[in-house]
Amino acid sequence: MRYIPNSPEERGEMLKEIGLSSADELFRSIPEDIRLNRALNVTEPLAESEIIAAFEEMAARNTATVKPSFLGAGVYSHYSPTIVDHLIQRSEFFTSYTPYQPEISQGTLQYIFEFQTLVAQLTAMEVANASMYDGSTAMAEAYLMAQRVTRRDKVVVLDSVHPEYREVARTYTQHGDLEIVTAGFDPASGVGGDLAALDDKTAALVVQSPNFFGCVEDLTSLAAKAHEVGALLVVVVTEAISLGLLKAPGACDADIVVGEGQSWGIPASFGGPHVGFFATRDKFIRQMPGRLCGVAYDKNGNRGFTLTLSTREQHIRREKATSNICTNQGLIALAATIYMEAMGKKGLQEVAEQNAQKAAYAKKQIASIDGYSIPFSAPTFNEFVVRGPKPATEVLESVREAGVIGGLALSKYYSGRDNEFLVCVTETSSKANIDKLVAALL
Amino acid sequence: MSIKKVTQHPSQNEALIFERSQTGRIGYRLPKLDVEAANIDELIPAAFRRDDDLADVPEVSEVDVVRHFTRMSTWNYSIDLGLYPLGSCTMKYNSRLNEKVARISGFAGLHPLAPGEESQGALELIYRLQEALAEITGLPGVSLQPAAGAQGEMTGVMLIRAFLDERDGEASKERRVMLIPDSAHGTNPASAALAGFTVKTIRSTADGITDMDHLRELCSEGGVAGVMFTNPNTVGIFERNIKEICETVHNAGGLVYMDGANMNALVGVARPGDMGVDVIHLNLHKTFSTPHGGGGPGCGPCCCTAELAKYLPVPRIEKNSDGTFVLNNDAPATIGRVKAFYGNFGMMVRALSYIYTHGNDGLKEATEAAVLNARYLGHKLEGTFEKPFPSDGMHEAIFSHKNQAKNGVVTLDIAKRLIDYGFHPMTVYFPLVVEGAMLIEPTESVGRADLDAFAEAMIDIDREAREDPELVKNAPHSTRIGRLDEAAAARKPVLRWRPDMEAAGKSA
Repeated sequence: MRYIPNSPEERGEMLKEIGLSSADELFRSIPEDIRLNRALNVTEPLAESEIIAAFEEMAARNTATVKPSFLGAGVYSHYSPTIVDHLIQRSEFFTSYTPYQPEISQGTLQYIFEFQTLVAQLTAMEVANASMYDGSTAMAEAYLMAQRVTRRDKVVVLDSVHPEYREVARTYTQHGDLEIVTAGFDPASGVGGDLAALDDKTAALVVQSPNFFGCVEDLTSLAAKAHEVGALLVVVVTEAISLGLLKAPGACDADIVVGEGQSWGIPASFGGPHVGFFATRDKFIRQMPGRLCGVAYDKNGNRGFTLTLSTREQHIRREKATSNICTNQGLIALAATIYMEAMGKKGLQEVAEQNAQKAAYAKKQIASIDGYSIPFSAPTFNEFVVRGPKPATEVLESVREAGVIGGLALSKYYSGRDNEFLVCVTETSSKANIDKLVAALL
Repeated sequence: MSIKKVTQHPSQNEALIFERSQTGRIGYRLPKLDVEAANIDELIPAAFRRDDDLADVPEVSEVDVVRHFTRMSTWNYSIDLGLYPLGSCTMKYNSRLNEKVARISGFAGLHPLAPGEESQGALELIYRLQEALAEITGLPGVSLQPAAGAQGEMTGVMLIRAFLDERDGEASKERRVMLIPDSAHGTNPASAALAGFTVKTIRSTADGITDMDHLRELCSEGGVAGVMFTNPNTVGIFERNIKEICETVHNAGGLVYMDGANMNALVGVARPGDMGVDVIHLNLHKTFSTPHGGGGPGCGPCCCTAELAKYLPVPRIEKNSDGTFVLNNDAPATIGRVKAFYGNFGMMVRALSYIYTHGNDGLKEATEAAVLNARYLGHKLEGTFEKPFPSDGMHEAIFSHKNQAKNGVVTLDIAKRLIDYGFHPMTVYFPLVVEGAMLIEPTESVGRADLDAFAEAMIDIDREAREDPELVKNAPHSTRIGRLDEAAAARKPVLRWRPDMEAAGKSA
């Protein structure tokens, strides 16, 4: 086995040195009757070339990857500069562990500190953590934190929040004493909703912006409504590129901002690994889940970085910890950091504006087709819902025959919306491909 | 002649990117907008748009970014540099082949909501990995959805909760105690709490294994939902009474959860399913070598008995009779979804490549080599460092600082001094049951010469502890920064850069 440095002869000598005569004797502490005394029923060892061939064969059957696609819904196609994937492959980054020994982990710690800063800047919040698994689990953690902060046991969530995120939050909270009330969105505008359930027992109002339908929520007014009853406003962002153009949740008085950072240069990779982010106000720091990296000095006054405030975490606080999270998405947070820094202020603004412009073009073209309309009136960023003349699954199937993945049928998640589908247009969608989609719908 | 201690390697100073930023620098270029631009006010009203011009977001060139991260990278220790013997973390070689196949565009570029018939390769890969992990653990129900070990634990204990709720109905309320050894990872009790369980702690014996009498006593108190234990346990010793542990808990009406963090000692040798375990999580980023990446991402598959399989998260990846693969959401008894989409798929690609590279023989060979390396290192060190338990460990060797503490040198000092010898320290102060614990896991990915060098370094440090304790207590001496004042950092936390940060931090 080429990954094992010691040859069989060397291993024989080592066994002898510790007083054993065979490798089997290493396992004497395992009772005989529970040993596996046969070969595992997995493949024979394969050579690199065989593995590459087998994996390329499987990958080639993912035919969606070679077609123009207008899928979004939480995972977005954005251009990632070459240096992002190149730099994360430096072994010093990808083959290191969680930075528990700061003297020899400053590379990791400094980028975490930069990630925290960039997330805080883009969301206009005061503080952000070192990452969560993804946007959905970050949202679930926000529910639990809001409950801790307010000591209230109800969350009101709009049903325009990503349905899979809501499913995950339900799983996380099903055994606690948190009640989740799902509030219907306004069917004319596609934003806001029926907030009758929002009252002085509510820990948080949870909204996504742009929401699942791509519509931009009026966060400032939702924050005011939440704060009126003493609840927190939790804002979920699944399309992080929108932060380059839209008013930041922090500037709208959000209390917790969570989301998905996949748009920051991370490949779709069939849904993961991506990177969740979690930002809040300074006053809530000690209730935050996840790792935090902070500034520290050595005795000579040299500045460094270290993991800090770990008394919130499971390895210290055990069952009373703010979260059970340990491993997070370190390397993906690095990729996101490199992306944000390479794009910089101007790039983050320009890419956001291109998304909005191209999506607006596509929206206008599609809306002008006979039988197609835009059901929601609210402004959109880079996604929008289209209502067609027949079931969306049929429409999308015929578009697919023309070689285009046209979007997502809302019937996957919402009943009674059979004729509607969600279309996402990013800077990677060329005008030619948008026109191809439009032609296929005609 | 070999170099015994590290020498200073080139290590550039590198400021935070925010301190490097220069107005007007550009590190990207997008294609020109190819549609006619609309008036932005007509698309999104000004009230909904940012008005802060992304204040303080950095402006740097591409070269600045490359140098920035390259310089910072040189401040990190890594597996590729040498032995990284963190106990419980399994820092084994991260193959480049695995990186390569995960980046094939047909995998990396695949949208999770793409039509099933256009994602068959990805679904088949997930299915194949499920099958391989079921064989390796002896547990047929598999979900690859959990994002990391702690989420796999949460999934596992929620399966137990769902099973009990269905079996016992209302009476399940009286069964909410999860038994967890005092040596467990902190994630175990934290995950149990998320499933609504309260924790009772099982003592360990002087031999470092579960105290059976105490386990029986706790079981006889009633209300036991299950046990969460690690095997080999967190001091690296195989729980030889494992079958009895399982029987005792089963007889008390509870289920058995095994933390698979230490599966690197068992793959191909023994299977949790054959021991009586009901549910386990694996860490693909430990046993199956997907890179730790400075803290993640992980992947924490949950494997369970056929009886528990109906509670696994949705969607399930299944094989149709015609050989095609499908996502199945139809599972009324499921605990629900634990993560958006299907989990950290990129890690699954890497882990399957690891399994195929090793094959059946190689997987067992890796286990043997990992245990041998730990035993060999343990043997070299046991005369110098106090071995807290008489039993032989499996894939880890554990010591305490008892001998060195007589001279005022404690585990933290030994760990920091190891850095001067060119090694990453072992896991320190874990598990909590050993005072001043040093938990050493060399893994199979290290050769004898490096093991010898590590042992020599440890023995040298012991000598230094006697002859010149201050040298050890002030270590490391070779790094670009010394020990940081972590207490001050926590008292007045500075968690992000601001233009006035330097002043704020120093006044802390």
